[in-house]
Amino acid sequence: MSQIITKHKIQVLNQEQEFLCPSGIALLVGMETINSHCIDVGCRGGGCGVCKIRVINGSFSSKRMSKAHITDEDLQKGVVLACRIFPTSDLKIEVLHTPTSKQVIV
Amino acid sequence: MKKGVMRPGHIQLRVLDMEEALTHYRDLIGLIEMDRDEQGRVYLKAWSEIDKFSVVLREADEPGMDFFAFKCVDEASVDNLRAELIKYGCKVEDIPAGDLKDCGRRVRFDTPTGHKFELFANKEQTGKWGINSVNPEAWPEGLKGMKAVRFDHGLLYGPNIAGTTEIFTDILGFDLAEQVVNADEAGIANFLTCSCKAHDIAFIECPEPGKLHHASFLLETWDDVLRAADLISMRDVSIDIGPTRHGLTHGKTIYFFDPSGNRSEVFCGGDYHYPDHPTVIWQEEQLGKAIFYHDRVLNERFLTVLT
Ligand code: FES
Ligand SMILES: [Fe+2]
Repeated sequence: MSQIITKHKIQVLNQEQEFLCPSGIALLVGMETINSHCIDVGCRGGGCGVCKIRVINGSFSSKRMSKAHITDEDLQKGVVLACRIFPTSDLKIEVLHTPTSKQVIV
Repeated sequence: MKKGVMRPGHIQLRVLDMEEALTHYRDLIGLIEMDRDEQGRVYLKAWSEIDKFSVVLREADEPGMDFFAFKCVDEASVDNLRAELIKYGCKVEDIPAGDLKDCGRRVRFDTPTGHKFELFANKEQTGKWGINSVNPEAWPEGLKGMKAVRFDHGLLYGPNIAGTTEIFTDILGFDLAEQVVNADEAGIANFLTCSCKAHDIAFIECPEPGKLHHASFLLETWDDVLRAADLISMRDVSIDIGPTRHGLTHGKTIYFFDPSGNRSEVFCGGDYHYPDHPTVIWQEEQLGKAIFYHDRVLNERFLTVLT
């Protein structure tokens, strides 16, 4: 019946924040669940690129991310979309400032 | 309709994972899966549409929109518009019949906002789904999810919407039904119609070309919009904003995202536009109210999150 949910500690180094993300939950959703705003939230589907982060250490599994925002080279450097990665250990990350389509009317 | 363009015909969207995308467009929005092709594309439609399909999904490594097509009254109109587009300086490409299953030849052209549009006149007509064409019942049984009635319009972002708008009004015969203007009276959001609807296609100015803001589907009532919101929560779907009302077009609406990050809208109601109606103007200072009539404040995500 009862299932032990592993929680991974996510340290957001350049925001001086940390939170616990249950395993099986996307990192960005884990952050939203505890009402933190340290990473920008957009589509939550790997399409818009606003949730870009760099994983400094730790392990995770991931789902497909838009090539428009994450190149193979980015992946090598640990640059990923927070809505598409699922922590499998504690993580140290940094938030990358992503200039989203800055538009004329704002 | 004075130049022979009738209505939105189809939109081809790129998705990161086809089966996940189908849980969204088919099982949640309630489109009917009509066909698939050798390329793996999936063809869908909303139940009330006569033509065989209106949404085509293609798996790719970058979400967004491939093209948006309008159906014309006949092949002669397509030929005339093709000639006018070439004369205007658009890059025009002829796509042979059958490239999209059971669709006739299409004329594809580019626009200053970086989007590809198409004109066509023939597509197989399978009729309303689940409804007889004689003595038709009110609606078909067996619809899923939000039970979308039809694919209605798109909102696209890109640079030089004035240039794209000129093509739509001067060549394709669309009317500018609503517009948001800045202090210099320049349009920063243009809502265009080729019918009596408040919009068939809309553009918002943004430096990045070729962007999709949302694809929109019609529901019948406000209660249907609330039930759509319930389904979004029940199925833990990525929400953007709503249910609320727009100032622009006054439609009642909710926005959410497909599993690849493309934004969807379902809405009901709203204004209508006849060719003799003047353009409805919103001023930039009132942009918050123009977009979200109740909150009256701009939401950063709505303005900047695009695929
Ligand atoms: S929120 Fe859009 S890519 Fe992560
Ligand atoms: Fe819309």
